Amino acid sequence: MSQPRTIIQKIWDSHVVCQPPGAPALLYIDLHLVHEVTSPQAFDGLRQRGLKVRRPDRTFGTCDHSTPTTPRDLPIVDPIARAQVEQFEKNCREFGIPHFGFQNPRQGIVHVIGPEHGLTQPGMTIVCGDSHTATHGAFGALAFGIGTSQVEHVLATQCLLQAPSKSFAVRVDGRLRPGVTAKDIILALIAKIGVGGGTGCVFEYTGAAIRALSMEERMTVCNMSIEGGARAGLIAPDETTFEFLAGRPFAPKGEAWERAVAFWKSLPTDEGATYDREVSIDASSLEPMITYGTNPGMGIPISAPVPDPAEAPDAVERETRRKALAYMGIEPGKPLTGRPVNVVFIGSCTNSRMTDLRAAATVLRGRKVSPNVRVLVVPGSQSIKRQAEAEGLDRIFREAGAEWREAGCSMCIAMNGDQLAPGEYAVSTSNRNFEGRQGKGGRTFLASPLTAAASAVTGVVTDPRPLLG
Amino acid sequence: MEKFTAFESWVAVLPVDNIDTDQIIPARFLKTTSKEGLGDQLFFDWRYDADGNPRPDFVINRPPGNRAQVLLAGDNFGCGSSREHAPWALTQFGFRAVISTSFADIFKGNALKNALLPIVVPAEIHARLLKMLEADPLAQVRVDLASQTLTLPDGTAVEFPVDSFAKTCLLEGIDELGFLLKHEAEIAAYEQAHPAPVDTLSVKLDA
Repeated sequence: MSQPRTIIQKIWDSHVVCQPPGAPALLYIDLHLVHEVTSPQAFDGLRQRGLKVRRPDRTFGTCDHSTPTTPRDLPIVDPIARAQVEQFEKNCREFGIPHFGFQNPRQGIVHVIGPEHGLTQPGMTIVCGDSHTATHGAFGALAFGIGTSQVEHVLATQCLLQAPSKSFAVRVDGRLRPGVTAKDIILALIAKIGVGGGTGCVFEYTGAAIRALSMEERMTVCNMSIEGGARAGLIAPDETTFEFLAGRPFAPKGEAWERAVAFWKSLPTDEGATYDREVSIDASSLEPMITYGTNPGMGIPISAPVPDPAEAPDAVERETRRKALAYMGIEPGKPLTGRPVNVVFIGSCTNSRMTDLRAAATVLRGRKVSPNVRVLVVPGSQSIKRQAEAEGLDRIFREAGAEWREAGCSMCIAMNGDQLAPGEYAVSTSNRNFEGRQGKGGRTFLASPLTAAASAVTGVVTDPRPLLG
Repeated sequence: MEKFTAFESWVAVLPVDNIDTDQIIPARFLKTTSKEGLGDQLFFDWRYDADGNPRPDFVINRPPGNRAQVLLAGDNFGCGSSREHAPWALTQFGFRAVISTSFADIFKGNALKNALLPIVVPAEIHARLLKMLEADPLAQVRVDLASQTLTLPDGTAVEFPVDSFAKTCLLEGIDELGFLLKHEAEIAAYEQAHPAPVDTLSVKLDA
């Protein structure tokens, strides 16, 4: 009888190509996703060495980061962004990589289009030059972000030199109460362990509350693994996973589907397998979460007061928190609810899927957004945009006074024209509240789509629960 | 790649925890398709005021930080995005090492591939070095990768961990992609034995 293994170990073991003496293992990569921002220097590197892309058939591209969310019949106004997107499309054509260019009707955020088309499957190794690649872990894949040097390595060899990570079990038991969402689970985890809490680890999310989540909600959880320091985070595949994948363009068909499902069922962690670290969260005790500071670990239940930096355990952390509150322009000791906001952003690879848009629509239906607030609703892909329009969600958003935009990273990264003005406050469904992340001098409160939509209606930071029918 | 040699340097002190890659280089500078010219954008929003003038009090705008090859930062340095523009900006400014109590995973890997040495020291050493540099901002440290030693201004030698393969690559100037390419036979054998779960060219999607 072999040693019981975690799903993390199983995927690792089946992708080790070889173990050269004195070096990390060569890890084979099943799927490499590329986008316009972190790939151009890697393609240049290939040209300089006269190399080809080894496996264009295991590579897929889309543009999203510097891609504007303005109507697609208009050219990209920013000449630098336009040059980058054009270079991306040219690189993909030259190296034979299938991709969704700027005007492709399926274009979208890289971590949205992969799952949407069935490219993301259980048991795979998936990388992308983007730290939110852990999103794909929702399917029971080992998926992590890499830098541009490694993008070049994978383009050239389909492999990475990689040392194994530690395993970290995140058990989320109990049942979420109404108005509390997947986003609140992950914000609560990061608040609990800190932004460096999972450094060197891969999270495996387990427990009844995780099992009860839809695939889209699981993607929200896995997406923010990196904000807890873990390069990857995954959830063992189950019937929810298989049901989501069935019939998608790249999902196996017929007999191949049966074989795939049988394999996928062998992936979950064996009884008796051990983890290097563990943490538990009781979902039934959670409230909607919101961040008050300048990293995603600075999160609190929405009714709780902003903590006093003086209570921090050491001098550097006290200074870090004091600096964060000064940047945010807020005082400790009071909850954030009732604070005026200028912008509400609903979108990003964390929260731009159908479930997220439907959640926002439940709050915005028949209501108007506050006249003081600019509200952007940005679908994760052009396919999602069409589906939302088919369901009439766009009308709900527009009639409420929100902007309904084209797909892209938008105000999550503020390098595409969508950004905060200096000093502005946003309630945002994205993943990072770093200084200037949503625009130089902009100030971000991270929250769920429900909390964001509720705050859009009132114009102040708002607990969504009283607004839910 | 150039070989990484021992050196002595002044230290730029930035004792803030969780310095993320958006601070190291803001995303709006990532629209470039080149690796060059990023040193001027290092810590841009901390370094320049709203009019684009250097803030005279910011550590890398004044001596000795403007000439330092070593940065002393708070815990969990380099968290956030995977952008390799962060180590590109740091090295183009002139940094060759960053000292912290810990580094974010992706940043650490990116740094090592760009001859930027992440030096992890215990919290107690970090606090001592911070005190020494407060007392004498012109004090120098010595970084010696071969012996994995950081020598503090008072002469204390502190050993630091480095992944042995990364160390060999840095000391001997080995390029990782070259190393990977030498394993063509093993990669081909793996591919032979493991059919692709997904063929991205197999479905022609409507354009």
